[in-house]
Amino acid sequence: MCMLHLTTGRVGCLLSKQVVVALTSSGARMSSHGHHEVSDSVDMSQPMYWDRLDTPLPDRPWKDVLDSTDKSLKQKEKGPWTALSKEEKIALYRLKFNHTYPEMKRPSHEWKTVIGGMFIFFGITGLVVFWQGHYVYPPQPHTFGEEWQAKQVQRMLDMQINPIEGFSAQWDYKNKQWK
Amino acid sequence: MQASTETVFLYPPTPLSARCYSHAKVETDEEFDARWVTYFSKPDIDAWELKKGMNTLIGYDLVPEPKILDSALRACRRLNDLASAIRILEAVKDKSGPHKDIYPYLIQELQPTLTELGISTPEDLGMDIL
Repeated sequence: MCMLHLTTGRVGCLLSKQVVVALTSSGARMSSHGHHEVSDSVDMSQPMYWDRLDTPLPDRPWKDVLDSTDKSLKQKEKGPWTALSKEEKIALYRLKFNHTYPEMKRPSHEWKTVIGGMFIFFGITGLVVFWQGHYVYPPQPHTFGEEWQAKQVQRMLDMQINPIEGFSAQWDYKNKQWK
Repeated sequence: MQASTETVFLYPPTPLSARCYSHAKVETDEEFDARWVTYFSKPDIDAWELKKGMNTLIGYDLVPEPKILDSALRACRRLNDLASAIRILEAVKDKSGPHKDIYPYLIQELQPTLTELGISTPEDLGMDIL
């Protein structure tokens, strides 16, 4: 009974929390797809871009279509790099690459969704198990009752069940109590 | 049936040099380094070769020596590709994994080249933090 209350409470507040998390995380994912890549399928016959820690240089640059500012920057890149300002260097990097290594390695909050989902399912299972115990199981056999159990223990002791190392070995026959 | 008078050894005693190990010649570290320095030193190296070389090199279970990286950075210069030069520095920092002292050592060794070519490190550009 006590456990059920805990479960429902946990499910209840987790449910609302997980809904919020799911909305925000999927919202963030959707907006990150706002670049010029095709929306439904990728043309695998063309060189692809990727951000991979183990493969630093992808087959094509991030930004293929360069406007006039980008083009003039690329021209400047042909000259000495000492002439480039920090902003220009960063801009050149961002033309060629999408995420920096730290951005690739940024932590996601997926584990919270996973653990939360796990607990939700535990909770649902707990509810199912409780309902089942209440509505499905037949009545307990009479041999489970307190009185019967007491008589059963007494009988086992009288029969000296496992008198050396087991059950009756734990009973102090002299003083009529457990050792 | 005649009893054989010869004793037959299943495993004849062999000298160390003739053990049944692979006979392939193992490349020394110096040979490995030299090979990669030569690869990136090709005067007319093209963008594909640079990509292929770097991606292969990063695939190995090692952090490349400064001399290899120096050669690669100069290849980037010949290709007018500053972004890839910075990317290479990020990649070797990541390759060092938990060994935080490798990257500063590499930068220290590469500093003359970085200054000469005008390559800023990711740290200089503030790109090493999120």
